[in-house]
Amino acid sequence: MPEKGPAPAGLDGLIACPTCDALHNIAPVPPGSKARCHRCHTVLMTPRQGAMTRIVMLAATAAVLMIAAIFFPFLELQVGGLSRKSSVFDAITAFSASGMLPLSIAVAALIVVLPFARLVAIAYALGPMALGWHPAPQAARAFRWAEATRPWAMAEIFIVGVAVALVKITGLAKVTPGPAFWAFAALVLVTVLKDSFMCRLTVWKTLEERSRS
Amino acid sequence: MENARRTQSVLTARRAGLVGCTTCGRVHARQAVVCHRCGSRLASRDTGSLQRVWAWLFAGMIAYIPANLYPMLVTSTFGKTQQNTIVGGVIELFEHGSWGVALIVFVASVLIPIGKFIAIAYLAVSARSAVVIRGHGRQHLYEVVEFIGRWSMIDVFVVAILAALVQLDFVATVHPGIAAASFALSVAFTMISAQNFDPRLLWDAYEADDT
Repeated sequence: MPEKGPAPAGLDGLIACPTCDALHNIAPVPPGSKARCHRCHTVLMTPRQGAMTRIVMLAATAAVLMIAAIFFPFLELQVGGLSRKSSVFDAITAFSASGMLPLSIAVAALIVVLPFARLVAIAYALGPMALGWHPAPQAARAFRWAEATRPWAMAEIFIVGVAVALVKITGLAKVTPGPAFWAFAALVLVTVLKDSFMCRLTVWKTLEERSRS
Repeated sequence: MENARRTQSVLTARRAGLVGCTTCGRVHARQAVVCHRCGSRLASRDTGSLQRVWAWLFAGMIAYIPANLYPMLVTSTFGKTQQNTIVGGVIELFEHGSWGVALIVFVASVLIPIGKFIAIAYLAVSARSAVVIRGHGRQHLYEVVEFIGRWSMIDVFVVAILAALVQLDFVATVHPGIAAASFALSVAFTMISAQNFDPRLLWDAYEADDT
Protein backbone atom coordinates (compact mmCIF):
# COMPACT_ATOMS: atom_id res chain seq x y z
CA MET A 1 0.00 0.00 0.00
CA PRO A 2 1.48 3.40 -0.96
CA GLU A 3 2.43 5.81 1.78
CA LYS A 4 0.10 8.60 2.80
CA GLY A 5 1.18 11.98 1.51
CA PRO A 6 1.18 15.17 3.53
CA ALA A 7 -2.20 16.52 4.63
CA PRO A 8 -3.89 18.19 1.66
CA ALA A 9 -4.18 21.86 2.45
CA GLY A 10 -7.29 23.95 1.99
CA LEU A 11 -9.68 21.05 1.43
CA ASP A 12 -10.57 20.49 5.09
CA GLY A 13 -13.86 22.33 4.82
CA LEU A 14 -15.13 20.23 1.92
CA ILE A 15 -16.84 16.88 1.76
CA ALA A 16 -17.65 14.79 -1.32
CA CYS A 17 -20.79 12.65 -1.14
CA PRO A 18 -19.56 9.03 -1.16
CA THR A 19 -22.55 8.02 -3.29
CA CYS A 20 -22.78 10.69 -6.00
CA ASP A 21 -19.57 12.74 -5.69
CA ALA A 22 -21.35 16.06 -5.13
CA LEU A 23 -19.20 18.58 -3.25
CA HIS A 24 -20.45 20.17 -0.05
CA ASN A 25 -19.09 22.68 2.41
CA ILE A 26 -19.03 21.20 5.89
CA ALA A 27 -21.31 23.13 8.20
CA PRO A 28 -21.71 22.35 11.90
CA VAL A 29 -24.50 19.76 12.27
CA PRO A 30 -26.40 20.00 15.56
CA PRO A 31 -26.53 16.66 17.44
CA GLY A 32 -29.65 14.66 16.69
CA SER A 33 -30.22 16.12 13.23
CA LYS A 34 -29.23 14.74 9.83
CA ALA A 35 -27.19 16.30 7.05
CA ARG A 36 -28.16 14.92 3.65
CA CYS A 37 -26.52 15.23 0.27
CA HIS A 38 -28.43 17.87 -1.69
CA ARG A 39 -28.35 15.80 -4.87
CA CYS A 40 -28.90 12.13 -3.95
CA HIS A 41 -30.22 12.63 -0.40
CA THR A 42 -27.79 10.12 1.10
CA VAL A 43 -27.34 10.84 4.80
CA LEU A 44 -23.89 12.39 5.16
CA MET A 45 -23.78 13.07 8.89
CA THR A 46 -25.99 12.29 11.88
CA PRO A 47 -23.97 13.20 14.94
CA ARG A 48 -25.45 12.18 18.29
CA GLN A 49 -24.63 13.43 21.76
CA GLY A 50 -22.04 11.15 23.39
CA ALA A 51 -22.19 8.74 20.46
CA MET A 52 -18.58 7.54 20.81
CA THR A 53 -19.02 6.45 24.43
CA ARG A 54 -22.33 4.75 23.69
CA ILE A 55 -20.95 2.87 20.70
CA VAL A 56 -17.99 1.57 22.72
CA MET A 57 -20.24 0.54 25.62
CA LEU A 58 -22.70 -1.22 23.32
CA ALA A 59 -19.85 -2.97 21.49
CA ALA A 60 -18.50 -4.25 24.80
CA THR A 61 -21.98 -5.45 25.81
CA ALA A 62 -22.40 -7.21 22.49
CA ALA A 63 -19.03 -8.94 22.85
CA VAL A 64 -20.00 -10.38 26.25
CA LEU A 65 -23.38 -11.54 24.93
CA MET A 66 -21.63 -13.10 21.96
CA ILE A 67 -19.47 -15.30 24.17
CA ALA A 68 -22.56 -16.45 26.08
CA ALA A 69 -24.44 -17.06 22.83
CA ILE A 70 -21.79 -19.32 21.37
CA PHE A 71 -21.18 -21.74 24.19
CA PHE A 72 -24.43 -22.00 26.15
CA PRO A 73 -27.08 -24.42 24.83
CA PHE A 74 -28.98 -22.69 22.06
CA LEU A 75 -31.96 -24.96 21.45
CA GLU A 76 -33.19 -28.17 23.01
CA LEU A 77 -35.03 -30.74 20.95
CA GLN A 78 -37.28 -33.41 22.48
CA VAL A 79 -38.92 -36.32 20.69
CA GLY A 80 -40.48 -38.95 22.91
CA GLY A 81 -37.74 -39.84 25.38
CA LEU A 82 -34.91 -38.55 23.23
CA SER A 83 -33.52 -35.10 23.76
CA ARG A 84 -30.69 -33.18 22.20
CA LYS A 85 -29.15 -29.87 23.14
CA SER A 86 -27.16 -27.95 20.61
CA SER A 87 -25.18 -24.75 20.77
CA VAL A 88 -24.29 -22.31 18.01
CA PHE A 89 -21.01 -24.15 17.92
CA ASP A 90 -22.85 -27.33 16.86
CA ALA A 91 -24.63 -25.45 14.09
CA ILE A 92 -21.25 -24.40 12.76
CA THR A 93 -19.79 -27.89 12.83
CA ALA A 94 -22.94 -29.40 11.26
CA PHE A 95 -21.64 -28.85 7.74
CA SER A 96 -18.20 -30.27 8.47
CA ALA A 97 -19.74 -33.59 9.51
CA SER A 98 -21.25 -33.94 6.05
CA GLY A 99 -17.99 -33.27 4.28
CA MET A 100 -18.68 -29.62 3.60
CA LEU A 101 -15.89 -28.13 5.67
CA PRO A 102 -15.53 -24.93 3.63
CA LEU A 103 -19.21 -24.11 4.19
CA SER A 104 -18.74 -24.81 7.88
CA ILE A 105 -15.89 -22.32 7.99
CA ALA A 106 -17.93 -19.77 6.05
CA VAL A 107 -20.90 -20.06 8.42
CA ALA A 108 -18.57 -19.71 11.42
CA ALA A 109 -17.04 -16.60 9.88
CA LEU A 110 -20.41 -15.00 9.07
CA ILE A 111 -22.22 -15.52 12.37
CA VAL A 112 -19.43 -15.60 14.97
CA VAL A 113 -15.90 -14.67 13.92
CA LEU A 114 -16.66 -11.59 11.81
CA PRO A 115 -19.25 -9.99 14.12
CA PHE A 116 -16.95 -10.56 17.09
CA ALA A 117 -13.84 -9.25 15.32
CA ARG A 118 -15.80 -6.19 14.16
CA LEU A 119 -16.86 -5.44 17.76
CA VAL A 120 -13.24 -5.66 18.89
CA ALA A 121 -12.07 -3.45 16.02
CA ILE A 122 -14.72 -0.80 16.73
CA ALA A 123 -13.96 -0.79 20.44
CA TYR A 124 -10.25 -0.51 19.66
CA ALA A 125 -10.70 2.36 17.20
CA LEU A 126 -13.21 4.37 19.20
CA GLY A 127 -12.42 3.42 22.81
CA PRO A 128 -9.51 5.84 23.36
CA MET A 129 -11.44 8.64 21.63
CA ALA A 130 -14.49 8.04 23.83
CA LEU A 131 -12.21 8.71 26.81
CA GLY A 132 -10.86 11.85 25.16
CA TRP A 133 -7.42 10.40 24.37
CA HIS A 134 -5.53 10.24 21.11
CA PRO A 135 -6.58 7.35 18.86
CA ALA A 136 -4.67 4.10 19.23
CA PRO A 137 -2.07 3.25 16.56
CA GLN A 138 -3.67 1.76 13.43
CA ALA A 139 -7.10 2.93 14.64
CA ALA A 140 -7.93 4.10 11.11
CA ARG A 141 -7.09 0.69 9.68
CA ALA A 142 -9.20 -1.09 12.31
CA PHE A 143 -12.20 1.16 11.67
CA ARG A 144 -11.86 0.91 7.89
CA TRP A 145 -11.81 -2.87 8.15
CA ALA A 146 -14.89 -2.85 10.41
CA GLU A 147 -16.77 -0.69 7.90
CA ALA A 148 -15.76 -2.84 4.93
CA THR A 149 -16.90 -6.09 6.56
CA ARG A 150 -20.23 -4.77 7.84
CA PRO A 151 -22.42 -6.47 5.19
CA TRP A 152 -20.80 -9.81 5.99
CA ALA A 153 -21.65 -9.88 9.70
CA MET A 154 -24.91 -11.80 9.62
CA ALA A 155 -25.89 -12.45 13.23
CA GLU A 156 -29.38 -10.94 12.77
CA ILE A 157 -30.04 -13.07 9.71
CA PHE A 158 -29.05 -16.14 11.69
CA ILE A 159 -31.77 -15.31 14.26
CA VAL A 160 -34.44 -15.21 11.55
CA GLY A 161 -33.01 -18.49 10.25
CA VAL A 162 -33.52 -19.99 13.71
CA ALA A 163 -37.15 -18.87 13.70
CA VAL A 164 -37.73 -20.53 10.32
CA ALA A 165 -35.98 -23.71 11.45
CA LEU A 166 -38.15 -23.85 14.59
CA VAL A 167 -41.34 -23.72 12.55
CA LYS A 168 -40.01 -26.41 10.23
CA ILE A 169 -39.57 -28.93 13.05
CA THR A 170 -42.51 -28.10 15.29
CA GLY A 171 -44.46 -30.94 13.70
CA LEU A 172 -41.61 -33.34 14.33
CA ALA A 173 -40.52 -32.53 17.87
CA LYS A 174 -40.80 -30.18 20.82
CA VAL A 175 -38.19 -27.44 20.77
CA THR A 176 -37.31 -25.12 23.64
CA PRO A 177 -34.96 -22.17 23.29
CA GLY A 178 -32.00 -22.21 25.70
CA PRO A 179 -30.18 -19.30 27.36
CA ALA A 180 -27.95 -18.78 24.34
CA PHE A 181 -30.99 -18.11 22.17
CA TRP A 182 -31.98 -15.14 24.33
CA ALA A 183 -28.37 -13.96 24.49
CA PHE A 184 -28.25 -14.02 20.71
CA ALA A 185 -31.56 -12.16 20.38
CA ALA A 186 -30.31 -9.49 22.80
CA LEU A 187 -27.07 -9.32 20.81
CA VAL A 188 -29.00 -8.47 17.66
CA LEU A 189 -30.90 -5.68 19.44
CA VAL A 190 -27.70 -4.23 20.91
CA THR A 191 -26.04 -4.32 17.48
CA VAL A 192 -28.94 -2.49 15.84
CA LEU A 193 -28.81 0.13 18.60
CA LYS A 194 -25.05 0.50 18.15
CA ASP A 195 -25.41 1.00 14.39
CA SER A 196 -28.03 3.69 14.95
CA PHE A 197 -25.46 5.76 16.86
CA MET A 198 -22.77 5.21 14.25
CA CYS A 199 -22.08 8.17 11.98
CA ARG A 200 -19.07 7.13 9.96
CA LEU A 201 -18.17 10.52 8.49
CA THR A 202 -18.14 12.11 11.95
CA VAL A 203 -16.03 9.25 13.28
CA TRP A 204 -13.53 9.65 10.44
CA LYS A 205 -13.35 13.40 10.93
CA THR A 206 -12.77 13.03 14.67
CA LEU A 207 -10.16 10.32 14.09
CA GLU A 208 -8.23 12.64 11.80
CA GLU A 209 -8.48 15.67 14.06
CA ARG A 210 -7.47 13.81 17.19
CA SER A 211 -4.49 12.04 15.66
CA ARG A 212 -3.13 15.27 14.19
CA SER A 213 -2.98 17.28 17.41
CA MET B 1 -38.92 15.16 -11.17
CA GLU B 2 -37.92 18.46 -9.71
CA ASN B 3 -34.33 17.40 -9.21
CA ALA B 4 -33.80 16.37 -12.80
CA ARG B 5 -32.95 19.89 -13.89
CA ARG B 6 -30.93 20.77 -10.83
CA THR B 7 -28.54 17.82 -11.18
CA GLN B 8 -27.19 19.38 -14.36
CA SER B 9 -25.48 22.13 -12.43
CA VAL B 10 -24.25 20.20 -9.40
CA LEU B 11 -20.56 20.71 -8.66
CA THR B 12 -19.00 17.32 -8.20
CA ALA B 13 -15.53 16.61 -6.88
CA ARG B 14 -14.49 15.41 -10.33
CA ARG B 15 -15.73 18.56 -12.05
CA ALA B 16 -13.82 20.66 -9.52
CA GLY B 17 -10.63 18.80 -10.37
CA LEU B 18 -10.65 16.98 -7.05
CA VAL B 19 -11.22 13.43 -5.92
CA GLY B 20 -13.49 12.38 -3.06
CA CYS B 21 -12.96 9.36 -0.82
CA THR B 22 -15.90 6.92 -0.95
CA THR B 23 -15.19 5.66 2.55
CA CYS B 24 -14.95 8.86 4.57
CA GLY B 25 -15.89 11.71 2.22
CA ARG B 26 -12.51 13.48 2.49
CA VAL B 27 -11.64 15.59 -0.56
CA HIS B 28 -8.18 15.44 -2.14
CA ALA B 29 -6.30 16.88 -5.07
CA ARG B 30 -6.72 14.83 -8.28
CA GLN B 31 -3.26 13.24 -8.14
CA ALA B 32 -3.70 11.82 -4.60
CA VAL B 33 -3.58 8.01 -4.47
CA VAL B 34 -4.43 7.14 -0.86
CA CYS B 35 -6.90 8.95 1.36
CA HIS B 36 -5.13 10.96 4.02
CA ARG B 37 -7.93 10.53 6.52
CA CYS B 38 -8.84 6.86 6.35
CA GLY B 39 -6.17 5.23 4.17
CA SER B 40 -8.55 3.95 1.47
CA ARG B 41 -7.50 3.87 -2.16
CA LEU B 42 -8.75 6.87 -4.12
CA ALA B 43 -10.17 6.91 -7.62
CA SER B 44 -12.19 9.68 -9.19
CA ARG B 45 -14.25 6.97 -10.88
CA ASP B 46 -13.77 3.26 -10.44
CA THR B 47 -13.14 2.45 -14.10
CA GLY B 48 -12.99 -1.33 -13.71
CA SER B 49 -16.16 -1.31 -11.63
CA LEU B 50 -18.62 -2.53 -14.28
CA GLN B 51 -16.35 -5.34 -15.45
CA ARG B 52 -16.09 -6.70 -11.94
CA VAL B 53 -19.82 -6.28 -11.40
CA TRP B 54 -20.59 -8.38 -14.49
CA ALA B 55 -17.99 -11.04 -13.64
CA TRP B 56 -19.28 -11.61 -10.11
CA LEU B 57 -22.88 -11.40 -11.27
CA PHE B 58 -22.38 -14.21 -13.82
CA ALA B 59 -20.58 -16.29 -11.19
CA GLY B 60 -23.56 -15.78 -8.89
CA MET B 61 -26.06 -16.77 -11.60
CA ILE B 62 -24.12 -19.91 -12.47
CA ALA B 63 -23.91 -20.98 -8.82
CA TYR B 64 -27.68 -20.43 -8.50
CA ILE B 65 -28.43 -23.18 -11.05
CA PRO B 66 -27.11 -26.19 -9.06
CA ALA B 67 -28.57 -24.56 -5.95
CA ASN B 68 -32.01 -25.20 -7.41
CA LEU B 69 -31.38 -28.56 -9.05
CA TYR B 70 -29.75 -30.42 -6.16
CA PRO B 71 -31.25 -31.13 -2.72
CA MET B 72 -30.84 -28.55 0.02
CA LEU B 73 -31.87 -30.88 2.83
CA VAL B 74 -31.63 -34.66 3.16
CA THR B 75 -34.06 -35.82 5.86
CA SER B 76 -34.34 -39.41 7.09
CA THR B 77 -37.24 -40.32 9.36
CA PHE B 78 -37.57 -43.95 10.51
CA GLY B 79 -35.31 -45.15 7.74
CA LYS B 80 -37.11 -43.27 4.97
CA THR B 81 -34.95 -40.73 3.17
CA GLN B 82 -36.40 -37.60 1.64
CA GLN B 83 -34.56 -35.01 -0.38
CA ASN B 84 -35.78 -31.45 -0.57
CA THR B 85 -34.76 -28.77 -3.02
CA ILE B 86 -35.30 -25.07 -2.27
CA VAL B 87 -38.64 -24.91 -4.07
CA GLY B 88 -39.61 -28.35 -2.72
CA GLY B 89 -39.05 -27.10 0.83
CA VAL B 90 -41.25 -24.07 0.20
CA ILE B 91 -44.06 -26.24 -1.21
CA GLU B 92 -43.84 -28.60 1.76
CA LEU B 93 -44.07 -25.73 4.25
CA PHE B 94 -47.03 -24.38 2.32
CA GLU B 95 -48.84 -27.74 2.45
CA HIS B 96 -48.22 -27.93 6.22
CA GLY B 97 -50.12 -24.69 6.51
CA SER B 98 -47.14 -22.56 7.65
CA TRP B 99 -47.85 -19.91 5.05
CA GLY B 100 -45.89 -17.17 6.77
CA VAL B 101 -42.68 -19.17 6.95
CA ALA B 102 -43.17 -20.55 3.45
CA LEU B 103 -43.43 -16.95 2.27
CA ILE B 104 -40.25 -15.91 4.12
CA VAL B 105 -38.27 -18.78 2.61
CA PHE B 106 -39.73 -18.19 -0.85
CA VAL B 107 -38.92 -14.48 -0.74
CA ALA B 108 -35.42 -15.02 0.69
CA SER B 109 -34.34 -17.89 -1.56
CA VAL B 110 -36.21 -17.33 -4.82
CA LEU B 111 -37.57 -13.79 -5.19
CA ILE B 112 -34.62 -11.88 -3.71
CA PRO B 113 -31.84 -13.73 -5.59
CA ILE B 114 -33.61 -13.52 -8.97
CA GLY B 115 -34.70 -9.94 -8.32
CA LYS B 116 -31.11 -9.09 -7.46
CA PHE B 117 -29.75 -10.60 -10.68
CA ILE B 118 -32.19 -8.50 -12.69
CA ALA B 119 -31.64 -5.33 -10.66
CA ILE B 120 -27.83 -5.46 -10.81
CA ALA B 121 -27.89 -6.25 -14.53
CA TYR B 122 -30.25 -3.33 -15.12
CA LEU B 123 -28.08 -0.94 -13.09
CA ALA B 124 -24.92 -2.08 -14.89
CA VAL B 125 -26.52 -1.74 -18.32
CA SER B 126 -28.06 1.64 -17.61
CA ALA B 127 -25.15 3.07 -15.59
CA ARG B 128 -23.83 5.23 -18.39
CA SER B 129 -27.11 6.48 -19.80
CA ALA B 130 -29.62 8.95 -18.43
CA VAL B 131 -32.71 7.01 -19.41
CA VAL B 132 -35.92 5.40 -18.17
CA ILE B 133 -35.51 5.79 -14.40
CA ARG B 134 -34.14 9.06 -13.07
CA GLY B 135 -31.20 9.25 -10.71
CA HIS B 136 -33.20 8.93 -7.53
CA GLY B 137 -35.07 5.84 -8.71
CA ARG B 138 -31.85 4.07 -9.63
CA GLN B 139 -30.22 5.25 -6.41
CA HIS B 140 -33.06 3.67 -4.41
CA LEU B 141 -32.84 0.48 -6.43
CA TYR B 142 -29.10 0.31 -5.67
CA GLU B 143 -29.68 0.89 -1.94
CA VAL B 144 -32.35 -1.81 -1.81
CA VAL B 145 -30.07 -4.29 -3.62
CA GLU B 146 -27.21 -3.54 -1.23
CA PHE B 147 -29.41 -3.83 1.84
CA ILE B 148 -31.44 -6.87 0.97
CA GLY B 149 -28.87 -9.21 -0.58
CA ARG B 150 -27.48 -10.57 2.65
CA TRP B 151 -30.92 -11.75 3.79
CA SER B 152 -30.86 -14.55 1.23
CA MET B 153 -28.45 -16.36 3.55
CA ILE B 154 -31.44 -17.32 5.75
CA ASP B 155 -31.91 -20.65 4.00
CA VAL B 156 -28.27 -21.64 4.48
CA PHE B 157 -28.53 -20.92 8.21
CA VAL B 158 -31.81 -22.84 8.44
CA VAL B 159 -30.09 -25.88 6.97
CA ALA B 160 -27.15 -25.49 9.38
CA ILE B 161 -29.45 -25.26 12.40
CA LEU B 162 -31.61 -28.21 11.32
CA ALA B 163 -28.56 -30.36 10.63
CA ALA B 164 -27.11 -29.50 14.04
CA LEU B 165 -30.34 -30.03 15.94
CA VAL B 166 -32.02 -32.99 14.29
CA GLN B 167 -29.56 -35.80 14.94
CA LEU B 168 -31.77 -38.34 16.70
CA ASP B 169 -30.27 -41.51 15.24
CA PHE B 170 -33.02 -43.71 13.79
CA VAL B 171 -35.95 -41.40 14.56
CA ALA B 172 -34.86 -38.46 12.48
CA THR B 173 -31.68 -37.08 11.02
CA VAL B 174 -31.08 -34.13 8.75
CA HIS B 175 -28.05 -33.60 6.54
CA PRO B 176 -27.21 -30.62 4.38
CA GLY B 177 -27.31 -31.21 0.63
CA ILE B 178 -24.86 -29.94 -1.96
CA ALA B 179 -27.28 -27.12 -2.89
CA ALA B 180 -26.60 -25.45 0.46
CA ALA B 181 -23.01 -24.84 -0.57
CA SER B 182 -23.79 -23.58 -4.06
CA PHE B 183 -26.61 -21.37 -2.78
CA ALA B 184 -24.28 -19.81 -0.20
CA LEU B 185 -21.74 -19.18 -2.96
CA SER B 186 -24.38 -17.64 -5.20
CA VAL B 187 -25.45 -15.21 -2.47
CA ALA B 188 -21.83 -14.32 -1.66
CA PHE B 189 -20.96 -13.72 -5.35
CA THR B 190 -23.95 -11.42 -5.90
CA MET B 191 -23.09 -9.51 -2.71
CA ILE B 192 -19.56 -8.94 -4.02
CA SER B 193 -21.01 -7.92 -7.38
CA ALA B 194 -23.24 -5.28 -5.75
CA GLN B 195 -20.37 -3.97 -3.61
CA ASN B 196 -18.17 -3.49 -6.66
CA PHE B 197 -20.71 -1.20 -8.25
CA ASP B 198 -19.66 2.45 -8.10
CA PRO B 199 -22.90 4.40 -7.53
CA ARG B 200 -21.24 7.60 -8.74
CA LEU B 201 -21.55 6.18 -12.26
CA LEU B 202 -25.34 6.44 -11.98
CA TRP B 203 -25.12 10.17 -11.36
CA ASP B 204 -22.47 10.87 -13.98
CA ALA B 205 -25.01 10.15 -16.68
CA TYR B 206 -26.60 13.51 -15.94
CA GLU B 207 -23.46 15.46 -16.67
CA ALA B 208 -22.28 13.56 -19.71
CA ASP B 209 -21.56 16.83 -21.50
CA ASP B 210 -18.28 17.26 -19.62
CA THR B 211 -15.78 14.61 -18.67
